[in-house]
Amino acid sequence: MNSLPELFAMDGHGPYVWSAYAITFAVLALNVIQPWLAHRRLVSVEARRRRREAE
Amino acid sequence: MNWSFFHKLGSPKWFYDISGRWLPWFAVATVLLLGIGIVWGLFFAPQDYQQGNSFRIIYIHVPAALVAQSCYVMLAAAGIVTLVWRMKLADVALRCAAPIGAWMTFIALVTGAIWGKPTWGTYWVWDARLTSMLILLFLYFGIIALSQAISNRDTSAKATAVLAIVGLVNIPIIKYSVDWWNTLHQPATFKITEKPAMPVEMWLPLLLTVLGFYALFTVSLLMRMRLEVLRREHKTRWVRDALEKAK
Amino acid sequence: MLQIVWLLFTREWRLAWRRPGQLLNPLVFFAIVISLFPLAVGPEPGMLRTMAPGVIWVAALLATLLSLDGLFRSDYEDGSLEQWVLSPHPLALMVLVKVLHHWLVCGLALVLLSPLFGLMLSLPSRVLPVLALTLLLGTPVLSLLGAVGAALTVGLKSGGVLLALLILPLYIPVLILGTGAVEASVQGLPVTGYALWLACLAVLSLSLAPVAIAAGLRIGVSE
Repeated sequence: MNSLPELFAMDGHGPYVWSAYAITFAVLALNVIQPWLAHRRLVSVEARRRRREAE
Repeated sequence: MNWSFFHKLGSPKWFYDISGRWLPWFAVATVLLLGIGIVWGLFFAPQDYQQGNSFRIIYIHVPAALVAQSCYVMLAAAGIVTLVWRMKLADVALRCAAPIGAWMTFIALVTGAIWGKPTWGTYWVWDARLTSMLILLFLYFGIIALSQAISNRDTSAKATAVLAIVGLVNIPIIKYSVDWWNTLHQPATFKITEKPAMPVEMWLPLLLTVLGFYALFTVSLLMRMRLEVLRREHKTRWVRDALEKAK
Repeated sequence: MLQIVWLLFTREWRLAWRRPGQLLNPLVFFAIVISLFPLAVGPEPGMLRTMAPGVIWVAALLATLLSLDGLFRSDYEDGSLEQWVLSPHPLALMVLVKVLHHWLVCGLALVLLSPLFGLMLSLPSRVLPVLALTLLLGTPVLSLLGAVGAALTVGLKSGGVLLALLILPLYIPVLILGTGAVEASVQGLPVTGYALWLACLAVLSLSLAPVAIAAGLRIGVSE
């Protein structure tokens, strides 16, 4: 494959390949980002609790 | 045999410390394996002469399917550890792995369906593999539903463990009967990855993405487990220290 | 041991017949579900004949499963389940008696009713014995596996939907074998292979399910 538009089109199979990869990427990212965000939330809740106790 | 390692496994704090050290390595491995594998598979691997470019979906479909299936085995193994050794960490592992396994099954089904359109003309066929994947998704839903339905954590852990084991015992029976059902009803057999032999340039990226998916599964699992351990043990000293340090 | 089995069985029997109306429920459900299909897809006999094995079997699955939902619940609520768990007699044997009783009043009844509905769905009459035979071999598996689910959910009030979600995937092999046998018979092919596989599943579940059921009950009671 020589050019970018050709790459994108993938000989007519473009929509299939790219939608499959996009959905997969979204789900995989969700599975990593969601625990990470939850961890951050836990840390900040704990920090707030600690601050309240210190008062 | 030195069993102290095994029993240390039961300590949430030990797990938290060790997983904290391993997680960055698994994350790096994930990025490298998936990054290289997918780029190679998408752009540099040769086209399949029969299916054209849509065959590139194999690089995400097959790894997802493999992880989905082995994750269930892991659930059953964790179930056995929960029932026999009563290790709470095993229950944490089971509870955290189930949704990841379900998502992997989802990816396998969706990518399989999308792959099906250019290959066979329709998005869904009741062939043996897709049907088995669908049933596996139902089994995952069952585990997740049961673990959430029982409010007593201890009872929930043990009941889910029994269900996972019962499910595992049934999986070969289900697989065999679905395969056979498929031959009954389909005069022509549809095979997704029927290839006489794949040249190295084709299966090497597949190997990379398979390993990459396993690495990602491990990353997600460890992250979720660490979170759950922090939540369960939040009243203890070490958790408070860990959370303070985490800022 | 035999005495315990007999005592338990007669207890179940007497309890069940105190409310005979309840015994009819799964059978009526079976009839209604089957009747929905001609209403839904039209009465054309050819179409009904094609669907008949599947419809009858799925109706049997659902009827059995829903009737199992409360299998252990009343015993759980009045404390007799705890007595069973604590008793010196093997729990697996006691649950087996309970499941056997359930099969007799539900599964066996479905087996006896099935030829009637087979006829109503235009199955040829020579196929009806095969239909009954497959159900005869399959319904014990349905009762046993369903009881595993009932044991795991014994403390919950959530009802049949969760139970169905847990157990229906496990019913799939029996479904495939049962319907496969009936369809083979419709086409005039031999069914011994299917019957043997069904018997195989029946024996397997007979030996393994009571263990899982007992484990589930112990877990539920220990709360």
